[in-house]
Amino acid sequence: MSVPMALLGLLDREPSHGYDLKHDYDAYFARGRPLPFGQVYATLARLARDGKAIVGEAEPGAGPDRKRYTITETGKSEVEAWLAEPIPAEPYLQTDLFVKVVLSLMLGRRAEEYLDAQRAAHLRRMRELTELKQRDSLVDTLLADHGLFHLEADLRWIDLTEARLAALAEEVAS
Amino acid sequence: MTGANGSSLVQAGGVAIEGRNLVLSFGETPALQGADLCVKRGEIVAVMGPSGSGKSTLLYCLAGILVPDSGEVYFDGQRLDAMREAERSRLRRDRFGFVFQFGQLVPELTAEENVALPLLLRGTHREEALREARSWFEQLELEGMERHRTGEMSGGQSQRVALARGLVAHPDVLFADEPTGSLDSMNGELVMGLLTRVARQQGSTVILVTHEPRVAAYADREVIVRDGRVSSMAPVMQ
Repeated sequence: MSVPMALLGLLDREPSHGYDLKHDYDAYFARGRPLPFGQVYATLARLARDGKAIVGEAEPGAGPDRKRYTITETGKSEVEAWLAEPIPAEPYLQTDLFVKVVLSLMLGRRAEEYLDAQRAAHLRRMRELTELKQRDSLVDTLLADHGLFHLEADLRWIDLTEARLAALAEEVAS
Repeated sequence: MTGANGSSLVQAGGVAIEGRNLVLSFGETPALQGADLCVKRGEIVAVMGPSGSGKSTLLYCLAGILVPDSGEVYFDGQRLDAMREAERSRLRRDRFGFVFQFGQLVPELTAEENVALPLLLRGTHREEALREARSWFEQLELEGMERHRTGEMSGGQSQRVALARGLVAHPDVLFADEPTGSLDSMNGELVMGLLTRVARQQGSTVILVTHEPRVAAYADREVIVRDGRVSSMAPVMQ
């Protein structure tokens, strides 16, 4: 998660105070890991230093910092470029799933049992995410769906690997 | 853990349906080779497994559509596999609901007539059955399509009608064979959300065959069928 880009993106909607930005960030993106105030203000200071945001004069009111931040044209361009850029399509080739299966086969252990246990753990988590979708907001549903599709991809790999275990064991042993 | 005829356990344990040591072959090809499955009342169980593993055959044996070569199926304290075909047929009509992969609606009937079908077969008066059927269309998100026929509905809409037909008569057990198999993700979600919500409201037990983990995730637990046998992956719901 790029905190600076998320905050800059929120600023692109409208000028805002640090307190309000933190509130919006926590509401949409934090998922149980709220952003510390210190990190909010440090990030905003860096965005201002780099010419991506402008700090206004302090305004009267409650709260530790009543300065209003406004995104600059440079900041707007950066948000637009960031939104358009695909994230790297990670191949996940070093995943623990893969390492555990290969090591199990090398060590003569029963990889099927590990795969069964992993499948059960994945499905348990998928049930939790499915329950979450049924009671929470559409934003939470979006995030839960992302998790569900990734877990499902793992499960497909688990199924296929299980079907290939005998051949894999021969290859690893040779 | 089984009684002399199994019925005491089935009733005492709150078990809805149970298959014990089910064996069934199609000619020389074994489909079930000692499958066991016990499902509690109100439980939603997903039956998963590779293609050809026997998961649909297990579903049809539990539903009394197929009769195993050996083994026993208990429903509500009765040996379903030992019944005459007419008795099993009556049980399927009066106590079970079904949803299949491709809906299998009757094309000559309207959507509301399709939904009303199980009630009509049970002898409910036509007007009453249609009134009950129409009351489903709002939660199906199909208001205004009551008089449409199969050809005038999308796959997702047809499948929601098929789901309502499976649940309209408040079945003790709903058997669903790949109910989202022909649907895209969005329609699949609609069908599964509706299926689980209504089944839980009605207290219907659901046995759901699926190869999709995202569909299985709506269930209380899942079992895997491999080579005609069942392996559980999680404890039975307490």
